[in-house]
Amino acid sequence: MTSIGTGYDLSVSTYSPDGRVFQVEYAQKAVDNSGTAIGLRVKDGVVLAVEKIKHSRLLVPNSNKRIMTAGKHIGVASAGWMSDTRHLVKRVRDEAHNYHSIYKADIPAKIIAERMGMYVQAYTLYSAVRPFGVSTLLACKDKDGPQLYMLEPSGEYVGYRGCAAGKGKQVAKTEIEKLNLEELT
Amino acid sequence: MASLKPGEANLGTTIMAVKFDGGVVIGADSRTSTGTYVANRVTDKLTKVHDRIYCCRSGSAADTQAIADIVKYYLDLYTAQHDEPPTVSVAASLFQEICYQNKGHLMAGIIVGGWDEQNGPSVYNVPLGGSLHSEEYAIGGSGSTYIYGYCDKTFRPGMSKDECIEFVKNAVSLAMTRDGSSGGVIRTAVITEDGVERTVTYGDQLPQQYLG
Repeated sequence: MTSIGTGYDLSVSTYSPDGRVFQVEYAQKAVDNSGTAIGLRVKDGVVLAVEKIKHSRLLVPNSNKRIMTAGKHIGVASAGWMSDTRHLVKRVRDEAHNYHSIYKADIPAKIIAERMGMYVQAYTLYSAVRPFGVSTLLACKDKDGPQLYMLEPSGEYVGYRGCAAGKGKQVAKTEIEKLNLEELT
Repeated sequence: MASLKPGEANLGTTIMAVKFDGGVVIGADSRTSTGTYVANRVTDKLTKVHDRIYCCRSGSAADTQAIADIVKYYLDLYTAQHDEPPTVSVAASLFQEICYQNKGHLMAGIIVGGWDEQNGPSVYNVPLGGSLHSEEYAIGGSGSTYIYGYCDKTFRPGMSKDECIEFVKNAVSLAMTRDGSSGGVIRTAVITEDGVERTVTYGDQLPQQYLG
């Protein structure tokens, strides 16, 4: 069922003859097989939710938060490798801090989304690294109101009113589409 | 703190910016001196860094021109990246960052005045050390020392555009009379949402003063 690259999938710096970069697609598969993450942009904010799979009863509560913050106005949730998420969130924090130290203002949503998109895309250019195996949901509140962006392993990012990533994304998307997000709080 | 090099062009100067409801009036004299010689008697010290953001320059002519060029570049880049014009606050923060981080090598006293959609009119003073002050009105340059009393007494918040223009012209004119490093003509600019109106006031049109 899964298509195989046969030779064109060994590194991310190789195209296949039909114009695909298999390593990026495999990274997307890693996301599709992990716990679901959902984001909803409503009238007065953004709600992020993640499915937390408790694989052991010995886990310490609150020691492995899957929703992280980067600055007072940015929240991040993700589906995929948690360790990759932590790396990206560190970058979001650095970018937000860096922006603030130059402009003395909070980084706007579309700017942080663009910077993170460029960062993730950079890891799809070189054979020495692998693409990030996460779909990141960036929730940001700036002067234009609350905004939600989803950032994929390819580096592509799109603004959403509602989005989902991970194992249950199809089911989640169907349910989200039924909601009237503009009216909800 | 840096000092002027021997023979370096000095914007001795009187500069001023005043906020009113709907915009900002900025004004300056037009003298650039190198020692006692007036190198330029018709200088334009009101420099555009963006469509609705101007800065008034005092101190070293070279330093302030270089800083204004850099800030203008960054504001153009900001507009391209953000797809909207920068706020006056962002422009002032950029001036401050440059002036503070390079305070040992620069002699620049800058007043930033402008209008933006988010906050309306704003005036920021970035004096020699690189601090940032948001004010209702600001004065700067060597000539400003002679008009602190006049300005404190005359300014009231809520003045109209024409009252502000008169205030600026009177104040700069008084400073030009007493400060050897200020003189020439008075250049003013009125910045509002609708645009920028620039004016020059020549010697014969200067406000009346007792000159002996």
